[in-house]
Amino acid sequence: MLYTLLCYNDELVTSAWSEEKDAAVMTCLGAVHEKYKRHFGPVVRLMPTTAATTFRKNENLVTDGPYAETKEQLLGFHVLDVENLEQAVAIVRELSDANPGGAYEIRPIMLFYPNGAAVVGGPNTEARPAANDG
Amino acid sequence: MVEVPDPGWIESRLIAARPRALAALLRYFRDLDLAEEAFQEACLRALSKWKENGPPRDAEAWLILVGRNVTLDQVRRQSRLTTLPDEQAISDREDVEQSWAERLDESHYRDDVLRLLFTCSNPELPATQQIALALRVVSGLTVRQIARAFLVDERAMEQRITRAKVRIANQGLPFETPGPVERAERLAAVLTMIYLVFNEGYSDSSPSSERASLCDEGIRLARLVLRLFPSEPELMGLLALMLLQHSRKLTRFDEQGSLVLLEHQDRARWNQTLIGEALAMLDKAMLHRRPGPYQIQAAIAALHARAKQPQDTDWAGIDQLYAALELRAPSPIVTLNRAVAVSKVRGAEAALEMVDGLSEPLQGYFYFHGLRGALLKQLGRNSDARRAFTQAIGLAGTAAEAAHIREHLDQLERDVSR
Repeated sequence: MLYTLLCYNDELVTSAWSEEKDAAVMTCLGAVHEKYKRHFGPVVRLMPTTAATTFRKNENLVTDGPYAETKEQLLGFHVLDVENLEQAVAIVRELSDANPGGAYEIRPIMLFYPNGAAVVGGPNTEARPAANDG
Repeated sequence: MVEVPDPGWIESRLIAARPRALAALLRYFRDLDLAEEAFQEACLRALSKWKENGPPRDAEAWLILVGRNVTLDQVRRQSRLTTLPDEQAISDREDVEQSWAERLDESHYRDDVLRLLFTCSNPELPATQQIALALRVVSGLTVRQIARAFLVDERAMEQRITRAKVRIANQGLPFETPGPVERAERLAAVLTMIYLVFNEGYSDSSPSSERASLCDEGIRLARLVLRLFPSEPELMGLLALMLLQHSRKLTRFDEQGSLVLLEHQDRARWNQTLIGEALAMLDKAMLHRRPGPYQIQAAIAALHARAKQPQDTDWAGIDQLYAALELRAPSPIVTLNRAVAVSKVRGAEAALEMVDGLSEPLQGYFYFHGLRGALLKQLGRNSDARRAFTQAIGLAGTAAEAAHIREHLDQLERDVSR
């Protein structure tokens, strides 16, 4: 089953981290990624929300800043390939020990185009071209 | 189960909450010292309470409410003891029951934080006092940390901050909600102050010193303001400019603390994460089509950052950007910098002509004589070059600057003896 782990945290807190603290957190997270590397797909850390631009479809309008003005912001995401939710939660627990504060949203993937070819979510779905999906 | 965060986490939460919470307390008490005291009290309580009960959902609101209540209690108690009750300080008492959620929305924070920053960037204050005040009040650095960054003793720094506070208290703080023009003016003053903070750190030769950490503070302040004013292209420009300059921090000085020129820096050690964010910021800013001095300076720095090797630098583009900057923000320093680009595009002769036109305003400026010396040296006018370098050394502000010029002089000596 493919899941996305959406990483939320208060950016005011994470951006107040010293360079050393930031590096230490990244090292701890890296250790978890290494440990479960056969389960991890892309790992993405996003630039601060101040770098974000939002396109509002109804208004056909480009605005500065992130879409949602919330206390905690989407700061990054992982793609995870695991047997079930229980296994996902187990991995998330370890990630969260490495990087406390905020929350992870575990969200099953409905459609996945890693390289332009569709992969439908399902238990350990192998990558295969969408055209052969029957 | 209540999740108990480690004390380090509480501390970083408090640092993050400081500007907004303090700014709201300042609005409430209308007195900087009282607001700082209130925030301090709230932090002390947070350290014990959050450890027991876990962090509150809205840390800022918690700190504001607790800080306000504790301090009101103290003010009331003191007013019973002293003959002069401070009515001014508790004039908003009737507001107490008003819904806090309603009062703490984004727009309130916006003007609160802007007021707090603007209070520190009062143009009447000398630059050093603005910086010290902002670092103490907004960033929450201790007086000892600030004193170390400025290489003065703690007492002197304490006095400097106290003097600044007295001065702004006498002037009266700006509490009315600003109109659009006023808001823009305040923002401009705040941008200048933030850049001052950054530059104070930028001049330091060792990337790990207390003073160099002021660069991080400047960047942090800019991000803070940008979150509140997400559509200000000049603010994006300022942040991009600082990120680009900061991306080179490990390569700007060698191990002896001597200045390493852009063309001799190890570009592989430039921080690509910061460069990437800066380029994204600049890109966003340009969508607004409202260019200004910070955006142009950032665009110049971006052309340097984009060059994989010094010889790839788009000097013609830099020359044009400086010309645009000269139009919008004319200053002899800008022209001096443009002369560097001109020397690459049209040669040392053309650049020297430009530089010589600046001799009156820049007579006492280190870089004027430094660049003049370098151009004269390129043209083979060695004795003129020596005279210029000697003048530069007399004006060097740091040991690194002096060492850099001495190197030029030594080279000239070697050329002569050869």
